[in-house]
Amino acid sequence: MIKFNQVHKRYPGGYQALKNVSFEIAGGEMVFLTGHSGAGKSTLLKLIAAIERPNLGSVLVNHQNVGVLKSRALPFLRRNLGIIFQDHKLLFDRNVFDNVLLPLQICGFDYRESHKRVRAALDKVGLLKREKSNPIALSGGEQQRLCIARAIVNRPSILLADEPTGNLDAEYAQEIMAIFNAFHQVGATLVISTHDESVLQNTGLRVLSLKHGELQT
Amino acid sequence: MRHALDQNIGIFRRMFASPLAGILNILVIGIALSLPAGMYLLLQNAQGLVEKLSDTPQISLFMNTESKPDDIDKLRKQLEQHPAIARVEFVPRAQALEQLKQSTGLADVIGGLQQNPLPDAFTVYPKRSAAQSLDELRTELAKLPKVELAQLDSEWAYKLEALLKFGRVVVLILASLLSLALVAITFNTIRLQILTQREEIEVSKLIGATNGFIRRPFLYFGAMQGLLGGITAWLIITVSLLLLNYQLGTLAHLYASQFTLHPLSLGDSLTLLLFSMYLGWLGAWLSVARHLSQIEPH
Repeated sequence: MIKFNQVHKRYPGGYQALKNVSFEIAGGEMVFLTGHSGAGKSTLLKLIAAIERPNLGSVLVNHQNVGVLKSRALPFLRRNLGIIFQDHKLLFDRNVFDNVLLPLQICGFDYRESHKRVRAALDKVGLLKREKSNPIALSGGEQQRLCIARAIVNRPSILLADEPTGNLDAEYAQEIMAIFNAFHQVGATLVISTHDESVLQNTGLRVLSLKHGELQT
Repeated sequence: MRHALDQNIGIFRRMFASPLAGILNILVIGIALSLPAGMYLLLQNAQGLVEKLSDTPQISLFMNTESKPDDIDKLRKQLEQHPAIARVEFVPRAQALEQLKQSTGLADVIGGLQQNPLPDAFTVYPKRSAAQSLDELRTELAKLPKVELAQLDSEWAYKLEALLKFGRVVVLILASLLSLALVAITFNTIRLQILTQREEIEVSKLIGATNGFIRRPFLYFGAMQGLLGGITAWLIITVSLLLLNYQLGTLAHLYASQFTLHPLSLGDSLTLLLFSMYLGWLGAWLSVARHLSQIEPH
């Protein structure tokens, strides 16, 4: 499903974010990505979504080398991905409902169908009652869940989450992990980055650990 | 389709999110367009007048005041046999005075005259209406005996037409410059729009929006602003015309004439609206092409 082959990423200015990273994630797998802050977790996720491109090596998503994808093909790659951003990237000029509706508008979904799906996604993250609110009125945990709702609303096969439990207390973090688990149950592939080792305990899931841009084995 | 509708409603919401700025923009575009379009309309009206006058060219021959009835009969025969003349009409001086009294409302002034100051005259209708042959005929008739003056009535119409040609060039230059201004205004408005919606554009790109999807609302916005500007221009012209016609009505009444300015024709109105819409779209397109590629998510 996702395959990194000797990937190097150096940012303009010389900062080496990833060094010789190779791994493979099978379809339907749920994988954690850990490492200290600045270890390259965000960069790795950005490479999957082709927000950044590798300097060396190849990044395959669904057998497609996304590192060399033409910019006009990018939207169609990203429609297959659900991305949960570290900084949420919510739009504060519209309410909760319209934030979740945006991906469906972009994909050109039927009006009726898309409204049904938005409600289902909001229900899944427990925000159905807040659909008319402005995201700015939501708590940090609720904003995070809204971001998840937006990522899953068009039922992507791959979900990427960058520090989804980052600055939430344990209870909220548990809720969010439960949502991911439910998504995993229905066969989605998940890559979740976190620096919080406590959420990894007793999950029995694979962990990719990054240190200074290198994958630890 | 519903989404497209939603998107459009979004555009209008945004347009009137800062109503003053939006209205000012539309007003500026409207005024800029109304100048060349209004001048075009005035030229169009003047052109109509010229065509009406030069359609039936006439030469007025004013007789010498000492000419006798014999001279007049002789001249009439001469004129009737002239190969370049279609028809001749004799206007005796008494009749000319009577006409003057009736048509200009100067009856009181004329009634106070002690003697008729007008000469006998012939109205000559030439066979051909080309400017050069008319001029030749006029010169020839002026040399006839007992003729004081031969005047080509439509002469000023030809002069006016030459002036109109000049006017049309002025309108063309003005229209080009102001069209450019319209494109520039839209370019800048869209640039500001893109800047204020930077976040939305970034997020949309991140969740799979094509460039076309992102571009579309801005193009609609530009076209809509252009169209509303065009409608404003049309309103400015139409209202101005009504005011002018009202004043012209009193003026024309004094001169016993029925002259009124014609409004923009349906075709011209549509052209104005479509053209302004196209210019708005063009400005938006240029702006989007220039600024959208600079926004890439990180």
